[in-house]
Amino acid sequence: MADLGIDWALSWVRAAAATVTEHREHLLDLDRAIGDGDHGENMYRGFTAVLGKLDAAEPSTVGDVLKLVATTLMSTVGGAAGPLYGTAFLRGAKAADTDALDAAGVAAVLAAGLEGIVARGKAEVGDKTMVDAWTPAAAAAQQVADSGGSAAEALRAAADAARAGAESTDPLVARKGRASYLGERSAGHRDPGAESSALLLETAASAAGA
Amino acid sequence: MSVGTALVLVSHSAQLAAGLVEVAAQMAPDVDIRAAGGTDDGRVGTSFDLVEQAVTGALSAGADAVVVLTDLGSATLTAESVLEMLEDERVRLVDAPFVEATVAAAVAAQGGGDLDAVVAAAGTAVTGFAGSGEAGGATAGGPAADDGGARTRSLTLVNPLGLHARPAATVARTAAGFDAGVTINGVDAASVLALMSLGLTGGAEIEVSATGPQAEEALAAVVAEIESGFGET
Repeated sequence: MADLGIDWALSWVRAAAATVTEHREHLLDLDRAIGDGDHGENMYRGFTAVLGKLDAAEPSTVGDVLKLVATTLMSTVGGAAGPLYGTAFLRGAKAADTDALDAAGVAAVLAAGLEGIVARGKAEVGDKTMVDAWTPAAAAAQQVADSGGSAAEALRAAADAARAGAESTDPLVARKGRASYLGERSAGHRDPGAESSALLLETAASAAGA
Repeated sequence: MSVGTALVLVSHSAQLAAGLVEVAAQMAPDVDIRAAGGTDDGRVGTSFDLVEQAVTGALSAGADAVVVLTDLGSATLTAESVLEMLEDERVRLVDAPFVEATVAAAVAAQGGGDLDAVVAAAGTAVTGFAGSGEAGGATAGGPAADDGGARTRSLTLVNPLGLHARPAATVARTAAGFDAGVTINGVDAASVLALMSLGLTGGAEIEVSATGPQAEEALAAVVAEIESGFGET
C-alpha cells in the first residue's frame, strides 16, 4: 500500500524514455499510416532530452519531475504532441502537490492531465486521439481510489484501461488532428497518440511494481 | 518612447514568420514585432522555447503587453502552452487569419492601441474579409455612427496601385490619430482591413467623411495623404 514518491517518479520517467526508444519504429509506422510520420521520432527526441535534464536538475518531488518532463516535452517534441503532453504533465505536476501520491493522488494527477489534453486539443472520446486512452484511464484510477485501493493498483487499472482505450481507436474515423484530413481512410489504424499514451501509463504502473 | 503593445508571430516556418514581420513592420515601423517560426533546429514546426523567448524578450524590452498570433494547428497549441506556463495577463493569443490579423494588430499597435484594442483589431480580421466586398461589419462599432454634421469630400485616388496594404495602413494610422470618426466609402478609415476590403484601385472615385470634434483636421489630413499619392506617382 506504499504511496508513490520521488523514487517512483524518477524510475517511471527513466522507464518511459526506454519504452519510447524501444517503440520508436512502431510509433513511426502508426503515424506514417495516418499522420505525418514523426510521432515516434518526436517522442524519442523528447524523452531523450528529459533524461539529459533529469541528471542536472535534481528534482526533489513528484511535482518537480512532472514539471521538468512538461517543459522539456513542450520544447523538444514537435507537432501537436509536444503541447498536448506538455500540458498534461504540467497540470499533473500542479495536482501532485504532496510528497507521495496515494490512489486518490494518482487519480487526481491523471484527471488533471486529461483536462489539460482536452483544453489544448478540444477532442472528445471517439475522435481517435489520445483522449480515448486518457479518459478511461482517469476513470479507472478514480474507481480504485474510491474503493480503497493502493496507488499502484490505481496505476495498473489506469494502464489497462488506457491500453483498451488505445485499441478502441483502431476502427474509428479521426475527427481531430492531422489524421482527420484522411476521413474514412483513417479507420483501421491505431491512433499513435493513444498508443504512446498507453505505453507511458503502462511504464508508470510497472515502475510502481504493479 | 513608450514601447506599447508588442507582437509575436508564431509560424511553422521561420521564413513565413520573418516575412510577415517584414510586411507588418512596413506598416507599423515603431512596433516591436518578433518572429518565432520553425523549430529550435530550423525544421518546419513550432518551438515552445522560441515562442517563450520572443514573448519574454518583448516584455523585458519594455512592452506593456504582448499579442501572440499563430498560423495554424500546433502553432496555436504551442502558443497556448506558453501562455499557460507564463500565467501573465499582459500576454494574449489571437486565433485569427495569420496575415490579416497581424496586419490589423500591427496598425492598431502603431496607433498606440493597448492590449484590448490590439486584440480587438486582430479579431476584426475574421469579419473584415468575410463579407467579400461588402466590408461587412467593418463599420459596426466604428466611431462615425452619427452622420449629423459630417464633413465630406469627394476625390480621386491618384496613386496607380490604389488603396493596397501600405497606403491603407498609412490612411488608417492618420485617421486613428484624430478625435474624429472618419469613413471612406462608408467603411471605418481607421481599420486597415476595412479599407483594403474596399478593393479600391488607382483612379477610383472615393468619398471621405468625418465627424466629431476634430472632423475638420482629420478630413484635411486624410485627404492630403490620399492626394499626395503615397509617394507612388
